[in-house]
Amino acid sequence: MVYLTRRYRFSAGHRLHNEALSPEVNRRVYGKCNNPNGHGHNYLLEVTVSGSIDPATGMIFDLVALDGIVAERVLDKFDHKNLNLDMENFRTLVPTTENLCLEIYRLLRGPLEDAGAERGLQLSRLRLEETSLNSFEYVPELEDRKKRNA
Amino acid sequence: MIYVTRRAEFSASHFYHNSSFSPEENRRVFGKCNNPLGHGHNYVVEATVSGTINPTTGMVMDLKELKVLLDQEVVQLMDHKFLNKEVPVFADKNPTTEVIAVVIWNLVAPKLAHGELHRIRVYENPDLFADYYGD
Repeated sequence: MVYLTRRYRFSAGHRLHNEALSPEVNRRVYGKCNNPNGHGHNYLLEVTVSGSIDPATGMIFDLVALDGIVAERVLDKFDHKNLNLDMENFRTLVPTTENLCLEIYRLLRGPLEDAGAERGLQLSRLRLEETSLNSFEYVPELEDRKKRNA
Repeated sequence: MIYVTRRAEFSASHFYHNSSFSPEENRRVFGKCNNPLGHGHNYVVEATVSGTINPTTGMVMDLKELKVLLDQEVVQLMDHKFLNKEVPVFADKNPTTEVIAVVIWNLVAPKLAHGELHRIRVYENPDLFADYYGD
């Protein structure tokens, strides 16, 4: 099993705000991220797929196909958008980078695993950097391991 | 368990080609990487060793040993080489990033005297890397 990671970039705006909370609680919980006018980030997305190497090509997955799927499902939709106002996904869900990371995982998993089904391709890890100081990771394999150990 | 990582760099050229494919199929599957004259990258290899801390030294292993191993087994073999033509292990397999990671694992793991090899990561460029954990 080899894990292949490709890095992508997109820029988007957001505001962390939960309608179910009072203005005071929103300000306390989200701090400067609750600014009603929003603010933006250059997000850095790392997509890790795993599978067996095709002996004919030496590759686990065609990178052009990977780029195409990530562009179509994520970058074209999220880049230069206001996540709260432009995106259906975040009408009710607060666009924290945790939620964004899970949302991108959900968007990519089916198309990638279908496209790489021949080689048992899996979307193994999704890592999203909001800034160089904050990053968020979703690794379903680790969750499965924790469940097995519980 | 602690994981320690040592990084090494080498620059090499390669191209992707399968002689059992037709020229058209090679171009379709491998795109611009099929240029037979090759093209180059600055590769970065990260070897991660896991182990326990020796209470006497405070170290998992002497990292100089890993540095020397990466230099002898990987850098001297691959640096400033045309991987397809000059590194025999790639004579019959494509030097993709994922295959290079597996090859480096097989070169380094048996020679490691202390600790256990946990991961080989190979960066072809800062935006593309492959990880191999030995299985």
